Amino acid sequence: MEFFHNVNIDFLGKKWYFLSFSLIFSVAGLLSLLFWHGIPWGVDFRGGTLVYVRFSHPPDVSAIRAAMDRAGLRNPKIQPYDQPSLNEVLIDLDVRETSEAALDQGKTKIINALETNPPAGKQDLNNASSLAIKNYLMDKDPMHLGTDAEAKYTAQAQAIVDFRDKVRGGVLSSLDELKGAQAVDPAAAASMPDGFYLSDFGVRNVEIVGPQVGGQLRTQAGLATLYSLLGMLVYLGFRFEWIYGIAAVVTVFHDTLITVGAFSLLAPRFEISLTVIAAILTLIGYSNNDTIVVFDRIRENIKLMRREKLSEIVNRSINQTLSRTILTAGLTFLTVLALFLFGGEVLRGFSLALVIGILIGTYSSIAIAAPILVAYQEWRIEKGKRPVGMPVARAR
Amino acid sequence: MNKNLLWKLLFIIGTMLFFLFGIFGIPKSVSGEGLMTALTDHIHLGLDLKGGTHLILQVQVNDAVNVDAQNAVEVLKEQFRSHKIEYTEISQPDPQNNPDHLVIKGVPLEARSDLRSIVQDRLPEYDVNSGANNAWVLAMKASKLNDLKNRAVSQAIETIRNRVDALGVSEPTIQEHGLGQYQILVQLPGIDDPGRVKDLIQNTAMLEIKQVIGGPYPSQQAALQDKGGIVPIDQILLPGNTLGGRTEGEQWFLVSRVSAVSGKDLRHADPSSDQNGQPDVNFQLTRDGGQRFYNFTSAHVKESLAVVLDNKVREVASINEPIRDQVQISGHMDAQAAKDLSMILNSGALPASIHYLEERTVGPSLGADSIRSGITAAVIGMVAVLVFMLVYYRGAGINADVALILNLIILLGFLGWSTIAGVNVALTLPGIAGVILTVGMGVDSNVLIFERIREELKNGKTPPSAVDQGFSHAWITIVDTHVTTIVSAAILFIFGSGPVKGFATTLTFGLLANLFTAVFVSRVIFDWVLSRKQRGEALSI
Repeated sequence: MEFFHNVNIDFLGKKWYFLSFSLIFSVAGLLSLLFWHGIPWGVDFRGGTLVYVRFSHPPDVSAIRAAMDRAGLRNPKIQPYDQPSLNEVLIDLDVRETSEAALDQGKTKIINALETNPPAGKQDLNNASSLAIKNYLMDKDPMHLGTDAEAKYTAQAQAIVDFRDKVRGGVLSSLDELKGAQAVDPAAAASMPDGFYLSDFGVRNVEIVGPQVGGQLRTQAGLATLYSLLGMLVYLGFRFEWIYGIAAVVTVFHDTLITVGAFSLLAPRFEISLTVIAAILTLIGYSNNDTIVVFDRIRENIKLMRREKLSEIVNRSINQTLSRTILTAGLTFLTVLALFLFGGEVLRGFSLALVIGILIGTYSSIAIAAPILVAYQEWRIEKGKRPVGMPVARAR
Repeated sequence: MNKNLLWKLLFIIGTMLFFLFGIFGIPKSVSGEGLMTALTDHIHLGLDLKGGTHLILQVQVNDAVNVDAQNAVEVLKEQFRSHKIEYTEISQPDPQNNPDHLVIKGVPLEARSDLRSIVQDRLPEYDVNSGANNAWVLAMKASKLNDLKNRAVSQAIETIRNRVDALGVSEPTIQEHGLGQYQILVQLPGIDDPGRVKDLIQNTAMLEIKQVIGGPYPSQQAALQDKGGIVPIDQILLPGNTLGGRTEGEQWFLVSRVSAVSGKDLRHADPSSDQNGQPDVNFQLTRDGGQRFYNFTSAHVKESLAVVLDNKVREVASINEPIRDQVQISGHMDAQAAKDLSMILNSGALPASIHYLEERTVGPSLGADSIRSGITAAVIGMVAVLVFMLVYYRGAGINADVALILNLIILLGFLGWSTIAGVNVALTLPGIAGVILTVGMGVDSNVLIFERIREELKNGKTPPSAVDQGFSHAWITIVDTHVTTIVSAAILFIFGSGPVKGFATTLTFGLLANLFTAVFVSRVIFDWVLSRKQRGEALSI
């Protein structure tokens, strides 16, 4: 099978179209970054408190907001999370709700605000730790195990927590459910109502990042990326010519700008979290890979086609590698698209960055990197200098 | 088959077995379940996939410096006294930001050489310079200061590890975090309750032994009344919280601001019993600490000392005689109290207090969800790629598929071997990003080679020479793409933090594996296929 047979497209002739396409997207992204949404930093970078709460019934966002207001929380963002059938809500608190002294004060306030009318002297099983359950069982000793029961009750507590989190997805709606649970002793299950009640929610996941970590992480991720770009520049300068390295770095910068810009435009639906940074690093690697393939062909063809103009050589090289470019991009895109569609909510931002990145990264090695080379060469010729990478004839 | 080819094939099979062992070890049974347990034993998942508690702590290293500087102040005062040098004030002008800076005021000019020699002899870790207004400024040498701060962090790590071990967590991660910001990363897989972990760590607060000046008082007011409303500058009022429940109600003690010895001077504490069978606690101090403790106890025989933990008086004992580095605390103490006190002394070897910077709990259900969907997506993507390669490249598609599968085996095997070797490289979400890029570049290497072979065939080359040319041309490109990416990944590994590191690790090893599979393995398969063909027979590509 073969998709491309002797293609000969004048890519360089379309450079003005490419330029305007890239400009539209980068400027739109840049404007959003500067004047609209800014960089939509995730909690990892901006600091703050995220609490993922699952309810036993469809959540009433306005009631939750009212409860948060009563608890005195400043401007909490409350939004449904993932598929509606999961009854999950994400509560996002400002970084001001955490402090050096008590990092988790926001989380505690949320849980207290959501606990409506807790019966006196009982604990909430939906938000109890396995330790609390174990301590209760040790106290109560429903299985009459005597003094030496610690290991068995620890296992019982773990079985109850596992049933709640892994089988019931984090929230029980009736204490009777425990009676049918695997590995939970009936006597232990029957004793639970004496010490526990059930609220209508369970905290699934908590992320709290203090104010100073965010800035530190931003600097660190930024510096790491910058250094790795420098490393790339040096290697390409050493293997090819400096202009190739510069063209590759400019291309990668273009891809990153457009991807981050897209995140900014889509804010607040998507945020730049640490995993999104990993995806951006992936797209940098991918785009760079693509660029080098074209560059390698150009270098090879320069040796073979000494009389041709560079623009001719570059065009030929892009066309010769086009089949491989489309195939690789298509296949990688397929993997990433599968991740975006089936990868679940946690992976959504991550795979979105990859989906955008692969499209842009493939496009940019043809539309940005190659034209930069040609433009530079033409500029050198105009200035009357020898084009880089061309053979020289000298008098002997 | 020629011999050379046979050796290469054996080498490939050997490599595959090596990495398969890394993934599965020797499974107890070959059933699906047996393989699954073997797999989860060998490949560890990161906290983001498995669920658990993640904390980042800031060690307040200035606490440790403060303790040292306060000791230096004491040493100076004592030396000035014995050398009969006059002074008006010795102080720490900025204990918050520059805890290692001391200022000495009012020393007469003729005593300057004495002062220099005292500092040189007794406080060699400090530099002394003359400052404005006839003052002298002492500052800790930069290397000593760094040393002190780093030691505070490593001691804290050690202490937290001891405490966490008591929880019985499998594979806890407790290590320094970031680049020299005195932070500690604590990751506890499977622990759903960060509050409990924090309680446990908080127990390991700052330990000091101080002189008791007054008390116990029934309340803070009573203590203040006794002192005429003002606590002298070199003393502080601390609440009591003694062990064993021997006292009822509130207790307050007036103690010296400066501590005689602190957590970092302590070597080890044990509960034991004295010659009468009474429970007691024995502890050892470092040599340096022992010297200071001797000076302190000789000056205060028949007075009392307080064991202060986290600014609470946990125990008060009277000083019977001058004591060096072997200390015994005994008398009205039951066995439980002795055990608790020695535990506090041991764990309290934390020379600085701690703040929390980051707290994450990943519920086990959420981690499981991301794994399930992540694996579904990865399998769908992989199968699509494998099928496509077969359809598009027919015979050569098998090469590509073998190379890709082998690449994944090597990558997973590497993760498995890291567990066997005890390095524990866990698979995290960013790590999966690295795997995706690896698969992408693996496909790319194959496509590059195959497209090149097709091109050469089109130019009229025979299959063997087209394969040869295809590999040698594509090889240059593959090296360039792989080396640049590995260079970037290595830099990311060095400068990046946790998740970025995870990405860089899987990517680097995936790419190294890919150089082997896409180039070497695929070439061997081609050579094998060609060796079975008649001259001039077409290649399926």
